[in-house]
Amino acid sequence: MTSLLEVEDLHVWFELPRTGHQDRSQVHAVQGVNFELQPGERFGLVGESGCGKTTTVLALMGLLPPNASLAGQVRLDGKNILAGGEDTVRPYRWKDIAMVFQGAMNALNPVKKVGWQIAEPMAFHEVAEGKAALKRAGELLELVGIPARAARRYPHEFSGGMRQRASIAMALACEPKILLADEPTTALDVMVQAQILELLTRLSDELGLGVILVTHDLPVVAQVCERAAVMYAGEIAETGPMDSLYHRPQHPYTRLLFAATPDLYGEGDVTSIPGSPPRLDTELPGCPFRPRCDVPLEKCADVHPLLRWVGDEHLAACHRAEARADELAEAK
Amino acid sequence: MSETQAFVPPGSVSADAVGSQSAVAVTTVADREPQIGAPLLEVTDLVTHYPLRRGLIDTAARRPRLRVHAVDGVSFRLDRGEMMALVGESGCGKTSTVQTILGMVKPTSGAVRLNGTDIAGMADRQMRPLRRTVQMIYQDPYESLDPRFRVRQTVEEPMLVHGIGSSSADREQLAVSALEQAGLRPAELFLDRYPHELSGGQRQRVAIAAALVLGPQLLLADEPVSMLDVSVRAGVLSLLDSLRKDAEMGILMITHDLSTAAHFADKIAVMYLGRIVEQGTASEVVRNPQHPYTKALLSVVPKRDPRDRSAPQILTGETPDPILVPRGCRFNPRCPVAVDRCRTEDPALREPAPAAIGHLAACHLA
Repeated sequence: MTSLLEVEDLHVWFELPRTGHQDRSQVHAVQGVNFELQPGERFGLVGESGCGKTTTVLALMGLLPPNASLAGQVRLDGKNILAGGEDTVRPYRWKDIAMVFQGAMNALNPVKKVGWQIAEPMAFHEVAEGKAALKRAGELLELVGIPARAARRYPHEFSGGMRQRASIAMALACEPKILLADEPTTALDVMVQAQILELLTRLSDELGLGVILVTHDLPVVAQVCERAAVMYAGEIAETGPMDSLYHRPQHPYTRLLFAATPDLYGEGDVTSIPGSPPRLDTELPGCPFRPRCDVPLEKCADVHPLLRWVGDEHLAACHRAEARADELAEAK
Repeated sequence: MSETQAFVPPGSVSADAVGSQSAVAVTTVADREPQIGAPLLEVTDLVTHYPLRRGLIDTAARRPRLRVHAVDGVSFRLDRGEMMALVGESGCGKTSTVQTILGMVKPTSGAVRLNGTDIAGMADRQMRPLRRTVQMIYQDPYESLDPRFRVRQTVEEPMLVHGIGSSSADREQLAVSALEQAGLRPAELFLDRYPHELSGGQRQRVAIAAALVLGPQLLLADEPVSMLDVSVRAGVLSLLDSLRKDAEMGILMITHDLSTAAHFADKIAVMYLGRIVEQGTASEVVRNPQHPYTKALLSVVPKRDPRDRSAPQILTGETPDPILVPRGCRFNPRCPVAVDRCRTEDPALREPAPAAIGHLAACHLA
């Protein structure tokens, strides 16, 4: 069975303009990312800022800036949509893969009515036009919990939560199979956040929409997604079912991220992770997380750990998990 | 001033610095000697309304002038060494409450007592020496620091405003100890940097140092970590926690994150439409909530454990308009358990029967 979406060995580089004293000019933002998404599945991409989460999803949309170059395959229903670079993505963009951007509620055009803005991509992709498109815009607003008559209003007449819903409705305009949501609830109130997360869950359950949720907020992913990948320094440090990631984390970064997140009823200390993610303009020797790791081994300084099986659907890139990985490999 | 003097173990530096600075603070405000036994901050029936402009037609028709009921009768007290979290949705009046305490907004009525002295509505000139006692930390350290100021200038500016330190060397030493107290060690490394050379967490620590340099007794922190990366939030919160414990500061923290409040605050006050609807110790409010609004808020907080997926009790809509406050209990239009009485009678904040001492809720049914 082919998955809805398969990302294989995705790399993204950014070419940086040369500045005065620096002639190093390439940032390797995404370094060989692999994952799959099934229809109706909710998958989380988590990590700190600067770990390559947003770059990864922008690459799937073919929306990287002109100074980016990429390698690897992104297969949608088995077809490699990145085969000819960004140009081959265009027919799929919005029609098959759609995205809700970070701060999308501020991305609506203030001088156009909300309904018109939702209808526009339909006309562009020849899904519907004119009255039919506007009618469908109303239906989409109903789907995300806004009365259809609100289509005749301007964005400033909407509250923050409504604007975020409207931008989700806009992303759904051409009936995509995959929705990429980049920090869809950051800057929203807890109650509105709960409403939006419930909406995303309902859409994926009812429409079979595959959702990739990009966020730094682990509890949000824990509540919404079945599986997740923890990204660090442009790589996947650990991936697996949410339950394994929380109860049996194999990578120290995953464990420390959870430990840095306060929980409502949680006991024990909340501790920050010292240091910050590394710059990605030079090749890093050994494990990229080693400088911040609380349990580094000697070999971590020069041997780069690979992502290996450490349990059911559970992979981690850590030398500490190697023994377990060897055991599993032998058992197979 | 020499580096050897600046380099003393961080703990002792901070304690000394704070001690000497607050001694200065007391002499400058000697005319309003703190009353013995008065709480650090006591807010009584605070009301802040913003009048709205009427249009020409409304004025001609003599329609009543509308008002935003931003803060509508808030009372609480905060002691030295205590951290209280104000939680609630946007527009519930958290920020207006803090701005009124700070004197940035004049209250419509009510009292704000700082060490027993009522500062509400005090003239700016009288207020000035007291400003040192109350310092504010803002949400976004990317916006709150001047991008063209070096760390040194940012931290020394408040001293220039308040005339602290006799020489620039003196001020530099105070800046160094404030930076070290804020966890930027060694401080000399940071003095000449610009904000763009610092990470988000470091920027927020610089903002905190600029507040500490005046030796405040009360810190008001408006969402101090919401703009920071998850990995550094705990560090900044622990810093606030240690200022409260070691330097005996009172901290009033605005947050929309109940998990953070539950973890770091001693007390939680839940605000809704300009009122405190529930307050008590953090563990009481979180584990034994009495007000339906608190219960709903707690139910939608995502838990870290994916096995712990309780059905969130989602309230429809957002905080209603503070211009037209509902009759009766102001929460009744969104309340899942409202009865007739709630639509006519405004409930007072009181101790409900099953709750612990000091745990208050404004609900007829609690």
